Amino acid sequence: MNQVEIKGLFAEYSPLLPILKDVSFKIEAGEIISIIGPSGSGKSTILRVLVGLLHPSKGHVIVNETEVNFKNPSALKSMRETMAMVFQQFNLFQNMSVLQNVMIAPLKIRKEPKMEVEARAKEYLEIMGLGEKFDAYPDELSGGQQQRVALARALTLRPKILLLDEVTSALDPEMVNEVLDAIRVLSTKGITLIIVSHEMAFVREVSDRVIMMDDGNIVEIGTPEEIFTAAKTQRCREFISNILQH
Amino acid sequence: MSYTFQWGVAFDYLPYLLGGAFVTLHLTFLGFLAGLIIGITASVAQVYGSPLMQRVANIYVVFFTNTPSLVTAFFIFFGLPEFGILLSPYICILINLALNAGAFLADVFRSGIQSVKTSEMEAAEIMGFSLFQKVQYVIAPHIAKELYPPISNLYIIFILGSALASIFGVEEITGRAFNVDSETFRSIEIYSIAAIIYVLLTFAASFFLAVVGRYVFRVKARIF
Amino acid sequence: MIQQFIDQAPIFFTFNNGIYWLRALITTLSMALIGCVVGFIFGFVLVYFRTSSIPWLLPLRALLIAYVEIFRRIPFLVLTFLVLFASRGFGFQLSLFWVACVTIVLIATAYIAEIIRAGIEAVPINQWESADVMNFSRARTMMYVIVPQSWVFIIPPAFSYFVMFIKETSLTSQIGAMELMSAGKYFNSIGISPLMAYGTCLLLYFALSYPLTLLGRRIEVLLKNRFKGNMAALSASNQ
Repeated sequence: MNQVEIKGLFAEYSPLLPILKDVSFKIEAGEIISIIGPSGSGKSTILRVLVGLLHPSKGHVIVNETEVNFKNPSALKSMRETMAMVFQQFNLFQNMSVLQNVMIAPLKIRKEPKMEVEARAKEYLEIMGLGEKFDAYPDELSGGQQQRVALARALTLRPKILLLDEVTSALDPEMVNEVLDAIRVLSTKGITLIIVSHEMAFVREVSDRVIMMDDGNIVEIGTPEEIFTAAKTQRCREFISNILQH
Repeated sequence: MSYTFQWGVAFDYLPYLLGGAFVTLHLTFLGFLAGLIIGITASVAQVYGSPLMQRVANIYVVFFTNTPSLVTAFFIFFGLPEFGILLSPYICILINLALNAGAFLADVFRSGIQSVKTSEMEAAEIMGFSLFQKVQYVIAPHIAKELYPPISNLYIIFILGSALASIFGVEEITGRAFNVDSETFRSIEIYSIAAIIYVLLTFAASFFLAVVGRYVFRVKARIF
Repeated sequence: MIQQFIDQAPIFFTFNNGIYWLRALITTLSMALIGCVVGFIFGFVLVYFRTSSIPWLLPLRALLIAYVEIFRRIPFLVLTFLVLFASRGFGFQLSLFWVACVTIVLIATAYIAEIIRAGIEAVPINQWESADVMNFSRARTMMYVIVPQSWVFIIPPAFSYFVMFIKETSLTSQIGAMELMSAGKYFNSIGISPLMAYGTCLLLYFALSYPLTLLGRRIEVLLKNRFKGNMAALSASNQ
């Protein structure tokens, strides 16, 4: 069953600068897909379209077998009910404590009962290794800790699809690993993960499939082994060899 | 009771009222210029002066930024004759404007001076620059660009503040409006026109200052 | 001149005169307070509608933008006259105190709306996006996320405008309002030397304004400590 399907997607931030040009792929429930490629290739843009932050100019986005009508706000709302996204930085609400951050959406937006939400929030924060930090404020935490809170917050929404947009790119190198460990834990939970990342070793280890993009197009899709060792296209091989030559 | 508008009467006086705009401009220009000199002096005294100079400068700045311009104007206008000094209303307002502007500008300059990186100052120190040379080659260029927007902004505020000159008989925009009002009693129309003149004048001044800023000081501010 | 002080001191420094000054001071403070509080509320309402993205509100938004740009550029004195004559001309017998308050509200709304708008725009856009993705409505995003984080950008300038308006109220003496400045004029008119009358006036304005200025700086430091994260974001985006 295809959970997410994208057909012929075009998207742009301004009329003269198209970012995505005719992108198509399918994702099955529970898959872990990583998107790699050079900057500006449109990786983050795909995530932003999927979550409704950007409306496509052409093409179809089909989530859970329903086509998304971007002009209909309530359609977007129901699409987002099954998704959660973590950004590169400034995820957390600075004016709330860690626990409040994690609890606020299920509590105030979805109106779930407080006891339940609190228990779930605390559980996920513990899993992310932040059991001591319930009452801390974001500016008291390191970047890595903040991203782990952001992950806990996303999980508390019980999404079926989780989008991770370069979540380690803004972190000091020492903190990258703690966040990657947290994502490893996530990957065992059966949630569909769409990861945009530059951490190639991690991508290779954790993904079921990898999409390589360049200049708004999908260059190649394959399993990690295929992409990293035996890429079929020239461009992909070039990219892989450039990256792996640190 | 309803008011019957007679805009025709008011428009007859339009040239006279517009003439007031020139008075406003040269009054504020001269006053602000004097204020700039006072402000720079005060700020340099505050940052680099001897303890006594700092004290005096601080008192000056704190005093004029925490008292209304109208009251200091009254104090100068009615107080100076007590010492036997008789000056025209225009000069009194000019002095008042310069002193008030100087205090606010001193605050702006002081924050500018303190923002100059110490490494630049240390380099100048090592090369043997005197205080005056440091101001000229290190401080002034840096802060000219950074402080241009707040200073332009203050100028606009002082154009609006110059309206109080009318109270002392100076024939700038508000003063002339007052005169016309006494003759025609078309108060709402007259003062509306005066207000519109101020709005247009400040828009023009902002635009002009922004253009000058863009090309002379290379300040990236929106022109409009 | 010293002789003049010695002569006038007993008449001037009396208990009743003290009460007179005190009442004038309270009038000044209340005008500024009422004007600024109401202006603050109106400012928020104005910004909420101005930043709305509902298409059919566009003419209203244009009107609100025009309001802010115009009322920030009218001198306080001129507007005071206009409010006085317009209210009397259309049959509203407002007391001079309320004419002053209305003038302050009109100008304060414009100034404060600008500060609020700038403050809200200073909050990093990711905060909006995080909330948007979690299905926060616009009103909820503003209420729970954006406005609490914008205080650090709004309160310090708003406070300094409050102090500015306290000083501006002195201009209402020109239409006869009985506030601090007109108390000075009164004493001058009954024979007290201008230096004493207006000097006292200056000191009292200073006594009102300076402590508040210091308080404003204190509040600014407290807020900046509380919101280090957002300040860093702002300076990063300013590079």
